Amino acid sequence: MKWYNYINIAYRALLRNKTRAFLTMLGIIIGIASVIAVVSLGSASTNNIRNEIASTGTNMIFISPAQQQRGGINMGAGDAKSLTESDLKALKKECKLITNVSPSVNISGQLVAGTNNTPTSLSGVDVTFQHIRDLKMQKGIFFSTTDVETAAKVCVIGKTIVDKLFPDGSDPIGKTIRFKNIPLKIIGVLEERGQNGMGQDQDNVVYLPYSTVQKRMLAITHFNSIFASAVSEEESENAVTEIKSVIRRAHKLKPSDTDDFDIFTQAEMLSMVSNVTGMLTALLTSVAAISLLVGGIGIMNIMYVTVTERTKEIGLRMSIGAQKQFVLMQFLSESIILSLIGGFLGILLGIIVSYLVSLFLNWEFVLNIGSVLLAFGVCFAEGIFFGWYPAKKASQLDPIVALRYE
Amino acid sequence: MTNKEVLKIEQLTRTFEMGSEKVHALRGISFSVNEGEFVSIMGTSGSGKSTLLNILGCLDKPTSGEYFIDGIAVSKQNDQALSLLRNRKLGFVFQSYNLLPRTSAVEQVELPLLYNPDIKSRERKERAKFALEQVGLQDRMNHFPNQLSGGQQQRVAIARALVNDPVMILADEATGNLDTRTSYEVMSLFQQLNAQGKTICFVTHEPDIANFTTRSIRLKDGLIITDTPIMTQSAALALASLPKNQDYEMV
Repeated sequence: MKWYNYINIAYRALLRNKTRAFLTMLGIIIGIASVIAVVSLGSASTNNIRNEIASTGTNMIFISPAQQQRGGINMGAGDAKSLTESDLKALKKECKLITNVSPSVNISGQLVAGTNNTPTSLSGVDVTFQHIRDLKMQKGIFFSTTDVETAAKVCVIGKTIVDKLFPDGSDPIGKTIRFKNIPLKIIGVLEERGQNGMGQDQDNVVYLPYSTVQKRMLAITHFNSIFASAVSEEESENAVTEIKSVIRRAHKLKPSDTDDFDIFTQAEMLSMVSNVTGMLTALLTSVAAISLLVGGIGIMNIMYVTVTERTKEIGLRMSIGAQKQFVLMQFLSESIILSLIGGFLGILLGIIVSYLVSLFLNWEFVLNIGSVLLAFGVCFAEGIFFGWYPAKKASQLDPIVALRYE
Repeated sequence: MTNKEVLKIEQLTRTFEMGSEKVHALRGISFSVNEGEFVSIMGTSGSGKSTLLNILGCLDKPTSGEYFIDGIAVSKQNDQALSLLRNRKLGFVFQSYNLLPRTSAVEQVELPLLYNPDIKSRERKERAKFALEQVGLQDRMNHFPNQLSGGQQQRVAIARALVNDPVMILADEATGNLDTRTSYEVMSLFQQLNAQGKTICFVTHEPDIANFTTRSIRLKDGLIITDTPIMTQSAALALASLPKNQDYEMV
């Protein structure tokens, strides 16, 4: 018996019941389509977030004071004062693996321009911050070293702030805005960046010299955090080690003392985000996989009904010379054909759905060839697995009984 | 007509075990059929004729005794060999036609050849068409069973039994579902095939149908009670002598 004869017999039998064949396939179609779509959209969103993070510089390093314990109470990192000007100087002087260093001092409050105002957070940074975060100017200039030295009352603002404070569309350059009664002159507007991977608005920012925030607004000498860039992404691990030893020395920590600061790298952030999206994708895929299982049970159910319904046909086939294994192969072929065609349509549907969603969300469309091949493999295995029992049952019918079956 | 033995059975018995009871369906029968014979096997229900038919059709094996078809001893064969015998040596015609639903006449007839890997697709189609021509259905090749009358459906089934060129056609109450006129038409077809040299075993319980055959074997309680040649009547003449039916159109 040649294999294409089985296919021919099975194919003819399926064609006799087109509607039922399609409805049986529907379970597989939906299952495969959802797996393909989830995997594809999962990778698309991961790529999207990675690109966002990478665009802010993958070699960025972020140093913050460690959380403090005082009398058994965790004070958080907020009011720790461990990062100071001397740390900054030490980093600039001793670290070979970092190119730019900038402190960051933050203050929140209401920003006022004429009759308009908006709540925001001001970041006091150094000139080098522009390079660390790769900030591009849309208009005007970033503040200068002189501005930092003189604690000048100047600032650079993002698109969201422009929209909030100057809704009439007038040019903000040269205008003065007030923060806690301190007038700040706008000298530059940043290029629009949109939301980052976490959904934060990267245009709701005001940058000004850190000295201005420290001296004129907060009257403090410590920093909230320090930003740095490693010479390259590969060197960021080593840069972290170097920074750690430099700051430990600057803080005169004994070897037994724990660090009074924390260091994060953008690379760590990247892997953290990838972990989260990877977990989400895995979770959704497993839900979709359950629908695939249900689809397979649908095939088994229909094949089982089919065998009972076609008992007489099976008897006839046996009486005209179909051997047991021919009958087995016929019904197995039917379920494999069903699940493979279903799988093919499902892959098509999954690709269309994920393509449309990617298009709609403005993501780059990613098709995972591995998942397509896997889906085909799963369909084939499902066809065999769920078709086996009904096919076995068909092949074990007694032709004499089957022929007289009503 | 040659004297070649197509079928030979010797002291055939078949016993079924129903719980603790033993049912002797066949109690030791012997006969042989030569090529070109048209044998009717008659008997009331319970006489053992269905059991005999199952054995003749290689669907069942005798409890004891031997059955030779075309010189091959059937009781020694395994399931696979029996399937092969059914596919190459036998043609079945059933009372209820047993056609596949939603399948064209030509595909129905192709079916036995699909289980024969030696036959290519082109030859299969040609032989199926030729078999349909032999039963006079050349105009109905692509009709589905629900587009055919009972007599036509049975003729498709006869074509299916002919297509593998069997050494013997086994018919099981093949006219049981048909009215008198159509029965006679079908019997006339069987007589034509027999005249072309086909060997036919025809199981029936209707004496007037048995009259169209050349030899009648009667079974009772698992034994042969008579085995006689008969004065064969022509089914075509019997058909002509039936009163004309205005509602019925010849095809």
